[in-house]
Amino acid sequence: MIHALAFYVFAAVTVVSAFMVISARNPVHSVLYLILAFFNSAALFLLMGAEFIAMILVIVYVGAVAVLFLFVVMMLDINIAELRQGFLKYLPIGAAVGIALFAEILLALGAWSVSPVAAGSLRAKVSDVPNTEALGRLIYTDYMFLFQAAGMVLLIAMIGAIVLTLRTRPGVRRQKIAAQIGRRREEAVVLVKTRVGEGVSS
Amino acid sequence: MDGLHNWTLAAPEIFLAAAAMILLMIGVYRGERGADLVSSLCVASLGIAIFLVLRLEHGTAYHELFLVDAFTKMMKVLSLLAAGIAIVMSRSYFVLVGVWRFEFPVLVLLATLGMLVMISANDLMTLYLGLEMQSLALYVTAAFQRDSERSTEAGLKYFVLSSVASGMLLYGASLVYGFAGTTSFPGLARGFLAGDVATGAIIGLVFVLAGLVFKISAVPFHMWTPDVYEGAPTPVTALFSVAPKIAAMSLIVSVVMGPFRPLLAQWQQILVAVAVLSTIWGAIAALRQENIKRLMAYSSIANMGYVVLGLAAGTEEGVRSVVIYMIIYLAMNVGTFAVILSMRRKGVMVERISDLSGLAQRQPMMALALLLFMFSMAGIPPLAGFFAKLNVFLAAINAGLYVAATIAVLASVVGAYYYVRIVKVMYFDDPAEAFDRPVERDMAVVMLATALFVFPVFPVFQAPFMNGAQAAAKTFFSGR
Repeated sequence: MIHALAFYVFAAVTVVSAFMVISARNPVHSVLYLILAFFNSAALFLLMGAEFIAMILVIVYVGAVAVLFLFVVMMLDINIAELRQGFLKYLPIGAAVGIALFAEILLALGAWSVSPVAAGSLRAKVSDVPNTEALGRLIYTDYMFLFQAAGMVLLIAMIGAIVLTLRTRPGVRRQKIAAQIGRRREEAVVLVKTRVGEGVSS
Repeated sequence: MDGLHNWTLAAPEIFLAAAAMILLMIGVYRGERGADLVSSLCVASLGIAIFLVLRLEHGTAYHELFLVDAFTKMMKVLSLLAAGIAIVMSRSYFVLVGVWRFEFPVLVLLATLGMLVMISANDLMTLYLGLEMQSLALYVTAAFQRDSERSTEAGLKYFVLSSVASGMLLYGASLVYGFAGTTSFPGLARGFLAGDVATGAIIGLVFVLAGLVFKISAVPFHMWTPDVYEGAPTPVTALFSVAPKIAAMSLIVSVVMGPFRPLLAQWQQILVAVAVLSTIWGAIAALRQENIKRLMAYSSIANMGYVVLGLAAGTEEGVRSVVIYMIIYLAMNVGTFAVILSMRRKGVMVERISDLSGLAQRQPMMALALLLFMFSMAGIPPLAGFFAKLNVFLAAINAGLYVAATIAVLASVVGAYYYVRIVKVMYFDDPAEAFDRPVERDMAVVMLATALFVFPVFPVFQAPFMNGAQAAAKTFFSGR
């Protein structure tokens, strides 16, 4: 009972916030609604017992992707009025494409049949190991090589991003801690006797 | 014991990965001054990797994800060699344009790591990861001259189009997995041999092949090649035209001869079409090129067409002709690019064909080297390129691909025109302004070595190369 209730609450919030993503006037609000949708989808995964995917969804999508979107949206100067200009004009075409796609999905679902082999393996409960641990066992044993190779791919991506964007500009003032500490009193402080009302002119 | 076995079989890859990371640290700590040191250490690492590859035992590792046999060893040595030469040739160019930085050799090293993983792939997942590792490093090298608009454009174009190709490959792989139920090459081969071939798996094969054919820039997936070759820094073009081609070609060979061999009738049509179109388009489109880098792009399209024709035969002879062609292609292409990289006037690179005019009177040795490369690419006996083409055509004819072989021969006659035109410009046109002299020592060494290989080393001492290629080809036909 409580399980079903939780499902409907999370599902409803997901759908509503997903709708708000595309209908919100302010792009920053859109991204915030997107984050809300991610959180609720994570909760839905949790209800299904897929706690690993739930965690990944929060860490990767909320933690990285959505924040990146937020940065992009805030950095780029998006003119909302201009974006919305052709909305009504293109609405019929957009709606037609949407309906066609939806009809195709319905047709595909109507003709869907699960192979008996797949059905068997879907039902079979492999073990009582929680799925994070099960994934870890696979990744660190059978797929060790692929895991490491994927790590190398990410390293290359990182090097590439740095190579293509990092520029050493001349004339940038940086903090030189050694020089700061090495300074002596004589180099830094000058005592000047001043008379009242005249000030210092070096 | 099994664990140790894994480590020894992947020793070259592990070594290259570790070397790349260490060299990166050296480069970071030594700053811009470290570029020369890192570059020579990269070449040394590639040399050590060749040594490690040669010492490998045969077998599979990491639960059949990774394969080592005579064919993969051969192809790995070729790619390592090509990458090493590309690094050696790159220094003077990048110093000239002022972007000689230590990241370049490291990125080439990482790309080579990707190539080795690709070549050793024994599973669709390994295949994809190797391909991405290689491509990602290559995108960056194409855009390496980041203040040059053309280099950036080349990098972006290559990135966008190559991503589309990767997408197609992944889609195909997912279809194959969905219909065959496994991504492992031996598993797929067993399934298809049992006669259990779903249409979906064949559609998947088509997509996988499309993605792979993009990487060797054969028609109809060649659009990116001329622009990227022209825009990328010349040493990067030299790298692109050889090492990734070897890796991708060997991947195509191991995919179609391994898991998909039972579907020969299906993939043979695709490869024959690709081969015929590439040879024709490579020959015709190159006729009007004025830029020698664009010319080399079309030349590589045509050359890949011949290689694919050899593979389309689907026989042991065909695979052997592929291996031999790649060896000779490596030498011819690297040598030509050494000449192109030496084409500079008053410290500025020039790359028009007319800049070569009268080269024979100004620099007779360089002109002679380029003459050998051009005649070899045109397929004129007794140069090495002739034997490369001969083997391919023989394999195609013995497999009964008469029409395709005839068209390819005719296309090679058309293609001979633009190779010979360069020779004509060099030897019979009025001399243009002289190039800077002397030619860099590295370039001269590369030119000399490859020219000697093209003639007389290969034509005279064919036996060891033939035997090596034979041994490599045999792996697919004698149960590993």
